[in-house]
Amino acid sequence: MDLNFSPEEIAFRDEVRAFLRTHLPAELAERVKTGRVLRAEDFRRWQKILFEHGWGAPTWPKKFGGTGWDPVRQYIFEEECALAGAPRTLPFGLRMVGPVIMAFGNSEQQKRFLPRILSGEDWWCQGYSEPGAGSDLASLKTRAERRGDHYIVNGQKTWNTLGQHADWIFCLVRTDPNAAKPQQGISFLLIDMKTPGITVRPIVTLEGAHEVNEVWFENVRVPIENLIGEENKGWTYAKFLLGHERTSIAGIGSSKRELGRLKEIARREIKNGKPLIEDPLFAARIAQVEIDLMALEITNLRALSAEAEKRAPGPEASILKIKGTEIQQALSELMMYAVGPYALPFERNSPEEGDLKGVAGPDYAAGLAATYCNYRKVSIYGGSNEIQRNIIAQMILGL
Amino acid sequence: MNFTFTNEQQLLADTVQRFVREHYTFEKRREILGSQTGWSREIWQELAGLGLTALNVPEEHGGLGGGPVDTLLVMQALGAGLLLEPFLSSAVHAPALLVSMPSTPAAEALLSAIAGGEIIVAVAHQEPDSRGELHRVTTRAERDGDHFVLAGKKAVVMHGHAADEYLISARTSGAPCDAQGTAVFRLPRDTQGLSVNAYRTFDGQGACDLELNAVRLPAASLLGSGEVAQQALEAAYHVALSALCAEAVGIMKAVNATTLEYTKNRKQFGQPISRFQVLQHRMVDMFIHAEQATSMSYLAAIKCTAPDLRERRRALSAAKVAIGQAGRYIAQQAVQLHGGMGMTDELIVSHYFKRLTAIDLTFGDADHHLQQFVAHAMNP
Repeated sequence: MDLNFSPEEIAFRDEVRAFLRTHLPAELAERVKTGRVLRAEDFRRWQKILFEHGWGAPTWPKKFGGTGWDPVRQYIFEEECALAGAPRTLPFGLRMVGPVIMAFGNSEQQKRFLPRILSGEDWWCQGYSEPGAGSDLASLKTRAERRGDHYIVNGQKTWNTLGQHADWIFCLVRTDPNAAKPQQGISFLLIDMKTPGITVRPIVTLEGAHEVNEVWFENVRVPIENLIGEENKGWTYAKFLLGHERTSIAGIGSSKRELGRLKEIARREIKNGKPLIEDPLFAARIAQVEIDLMALEITNLRALSAEAEKRAPGPEASILKIKGTEIQQALSELMMYAVGPYALPFERNSPEEGDLKGVAGPDYAAGLAATYCNYRKVSIYGGSNEIQRNIIAQMILGL
Repeated sequence: MNFTFTNEQQLLADTVQRFVREHYTFEKRREILGSQTGWSREIWQELAGLGLTALNVPEEHGGLGGGPVDTLLVMQALGAGLLLEPFLSSAVHAPALLVSMPSTPAAEALLSAIAGGEIIVAVAHQEPDSRGELHRVTTRAERDGDHFVLAGKKAVVMHGHAADEYLISARTSGAPCDAQGTAVFRLPRDTQGLSVNAYRTFDGQGACDLELNAVRLPAASLLGSGEVAQQALEAAYHVALSALCAEAVGIMKAVNATTLEYTKNRKQFGQPISRFQVLQHRMVDMFIHAEQATSMSYLAAIKCTAPDLRERRRALSAAKVAIGQAGRYIAQQAVQLHGGMGMTDELIVSHYFKRLTAIDLTFGDADHHLQQFVAHAMNP
């Protein structure tokens, strides 16, 4: 047993660090490190930089223009990027639809879509959830009817993240309403967001920001060549996609960065005439999260090592999701409490408000309450933490 | 980075697991628990026969020269069997303390006797007011010609009820909390002036309090002093702490398996209670706690011999916090999920519960180590 990275892995880590020192724009890192919401151009800019360096797709095989890195290198890359304050890469193209197209798309689709994901030319978004289909995703109703060489799509998707910027949406649609089981009549369609009949309506969330949308489809014509795999087999591809985001699901690197920011804030805030970090109760609360994070980091490395040895990690990813999001929420909560009353001034922390100053109080207090509010989402999205517990109960405990 | 064990380590784990399965059944343990001494010399000889008492003794003293990862595997397996014998003290803690101090004829003799299972040795360091504080020693040792004269009290000496000898800490100079001035002596149980108040602890194990009134020890009993003794006491404490964490993980896995099995068989409202989602999610949380505890027991095993003291203390305290909390959660929920049956002495779950509870109280509880961790982790 050995918890250290190999010399080759350490050399790789140094290479990533050197790259980040020279290529990560300071203003992007500043935005990330101060907890500001990223703008669309920030995501695009970073993807372009990575692409030009040949690192546009850290999780893809070389065959499709990826780096071909093993899970450990992917993990090291993610962690170093997060620690340095690099913008996260958006998962929708790179880690969701990309792998589905690689595994189940035909060669035409692979040639058409994958290079544009890699370069960042196409911005993808996800069309999964519906008003009546959340955790029970298979009950989705958005209908696609075959008419000649097109599907006609009607229905509504929701909780669509950043679709206001998207060029394409991948959708689960119902192609056979009479199938014996709800999972059996579903297909996986790629839809151009410019197609007539698509309407994107913002959903303003509790912190006042516009991050998610409703997407309405009214007689939207989708060419049949945009069907992935076989008709009515979409559920298989959807499940494949859901299980595909493993190395980064726990968010170890970004939580380490946020832990550092929390401590920095607690050093600057004063309570009882002393830095807040010297308050025994508050220090213990920080320590508790730090210990949970230490444990999760090793649990994550164990899962990676199992994956590298081809011992299927599968359901263990659910542990990483549950604990990872609990830690992210705990950190956002402690940061808000750390600034005390200056958490109260209303601050949207939305991308449109570009400057990094708060309306009142210290700059570092700006947006902390908004982030706390926004982070309630992390235990809900990606399969809620209760659904993750169902997965562990069924797949690991055999219940 | 890898989390695999060598073939030798796997073999060792298999051996101990088989020993527990075949020779240390719950019925056998109950019989030992009901005996006068509360532990079995026969079992101790079997453990010695398997080479386990020699595990942490260097090869040059007749041992196997094993490391913390070997100990982790052994402790996990013994934990699952809720071993009552003084293994942690005599086969882990005591040899770790002896090898951390300069080699003397007395130390060498003790090490080979430990390896052969001929002697039980316990570490008598904790005092009534020290709790988890490692440097607080008020027991005094005054030089008197070619003797030392010891006076003071030692509290809840783990496995002290079974010990033939103690490795006792006593202060030769300085104030009670000084990092310097503590020495370590070997102290046979039958020494004049030593009174041993032996008792059982609530988890079925045993301990003792020691009272020393003008105990005269020959100068050759001194095993280490000054900075060396202080560092040795901490080094051995970290090795023992890591072993205790592994024992806890072994119990957690066993108690989770027992609870899962019980809920699949127990029927209420016309169905197995494992069908109820509220219980399923509880067991998932127990499972997650055990996985996180496993991770921390690995960290403890890897770091318990790290040369960098700050890194070592930080890792060990973090591990003990995580394991103390996980153990408490799992133990409490296991009893809860067993319902009334969880309250009975008849089922093993209540015994697991008691040992996990006792482990949190041993070598500093979760709150103590959380405070320690704060001291190591909050500075940049």
